[in-house]
Amino acid sequence: MTHVTQAPLGKAPATLAPTQPVSLRINGQDRTLHIAPWTTLLDALREYLDLTGTKKGCDHGQCGACTVLVDGRRVNSCLSLAVMQEGSEIQTIEGLGSEAQLSPLQQAFIDHDAFQCGYCTPGQICSAQGLINEGKATTEAEVRELMSGNLCRCGAYSNILSAVMEVVGNSKS
Amino acid sequence: MNSFTFTQAAAVDAAVREKASHDGAAYIGGGTNLVDLMKENVARPTHLIGLKKLGLDTIENTPDGGLRLGALATNADTAYHPEVISRYPLLNQAILAGASPQLRNMATDAGNLMQRTRCYYFYDLATPCNKREPGTGCSAIGGYNRVCGILGTSDSCIATHPSDMCVALAALDTIVRVSGPNGERTIKFEDFHRLPGNHPERDNTLEPGELITGLDLPKKGFSENFSYLKLRDRSSYAFALVSVAAALELDGNTIKDARLALGGVAHKPWRDQAAEAMLVGQPATADTFRRVAAKVLENAKGYGENTFKIELAKRAIVRALKQATEMKEAVDTNAFLNSNP
Repeated sequence: MTHVTQAPLGKAPATLAPTQPVSLRINGQDRTLHIAPWTTLLDALREYLDLTGTKKGCDHGQCGACTVLVDGRRVNSCLSLAVMQEGSEIQTIEGLGSEAQLSPLQQAFIDHDAFQCGYCTPGQICSAQGLINEGKATTEAEVRELMSGNLCRCGAYSNILSAVMEVVGNSKS
Repeated sequence: MNSFTFTQAAAVDAAVREKASHDGAAYIGGGTNLVDLMKENVARPTHLIGLKKLGLDTIENTPDGGLRLGALATNADTAYHPEVISRYPLLNQAILAGASPQLRNMATDAGNLMQRTRCYYFYDLATPCNKREPGTGCSAIGGYNRVCGILGTSDSCIATHPSDMCVALAALDTIVRVSGPNGERTIKFEDFHRLPGNHPERDNTLEPGELITGLDLPKKGFSENFSYLKLRDRSSYAFALVSVAAALELDGNTIKDARLALGGVAHKPWRDQAAEAMLVGQPATADTFRRVAAKVLENAKGYGENTFKIELAKRAIVRALKQATEMKEAVDTNAFLNSNP
């Protein structure tokens, strides 16, 4: 169990906001944070736990860059307050694989050159993992529709689709 | 976002009491709309009451042959529930036509009813908006109103209710179950959302402090002949310009019963029971559908940028009723999502 103090990493708070404890299981580790109730799950991950793989894109649930898995389901972490997730199991891009052992989706994104700038990629991969967990998509049309919550401003969609299709195909066989 | 306190409610009556004892308190379900409105400073609650521990997330058959959706069941769990897929496929289609998979995993069924309009001016604190700040005026009238309403509008507000799910719930005669300071009551779906009139700040007929606990679908689900047709600026993950929930009960080619509701056109899901009555007893033909569509849009009013919606809605009604009659193929782009893993 790791305890995290109320100040974001490397930043001294101007005034101390009222905090409350939140216990989460993040990438297999139990963590307790003492945070202000208005801290989103996204900010808790990035600012308090140094898990900066999850990206802040629009911060309004429109782009999908902040997608993480909560109890195995993909969600927009920017639209959830961390205090609402008490007791939840959170998986971020850092928990999907490691540099030594990439997850199948991470490897497929490399193999298919499924990104340009890479900013949307952690969200794309977490979303694709959620899509595979849901098991509703098998065809390209279905994958396109059920990945529509993740935008890529570089327009790498065709290669993202190829990467996801490869892993969807493997997970079915 | 402004500062606020947060508490997780343990039971429905405790949540209702908590709300009554805090000025400026709000219930929070999935948070997908409320957290966004708080970031934009459109909503400024001083206290949030979390509902996640209340249960109320089950979907169960009712003794009268219907189906009860728990208020806190997620949109995704509802759309993919086997009873919804088999008995209420119109609802399945409507839910899957809305938002994104991530949002549907978070958003609750009651929250879907409670979401606020996406009218640009409602979100823009620099402009007048009667819904956000009563008495300041409506910027959409005479402004950018491509997404705004054409039916049931008022001089105070031309905003639309943005939901897809609610259009199907309206067509299916859903009952809304609520608990409040004065106990429990039920509200007919068509009476739940309201027209703007002189009080566009009020989206619905809930009394202060009331909490939605469930949605009851009646037995009749129109699972044989139905269509949810959604027309929008891109083919996925966009709000409807016009949507149509159409459901028919057919005897040969004769219409025995009909349901017709529109989304994207009014301050509430726009169910038209007079149009439904016109369909009953008639042959299910394009000619019938065109006459009914003309009737539905008879009193429509365009505001310039959105005037195209009047003709679009007429054509969408004809097409949706035709799709519901024929059930030939995937009746909309989302129909393929019904397949189970």
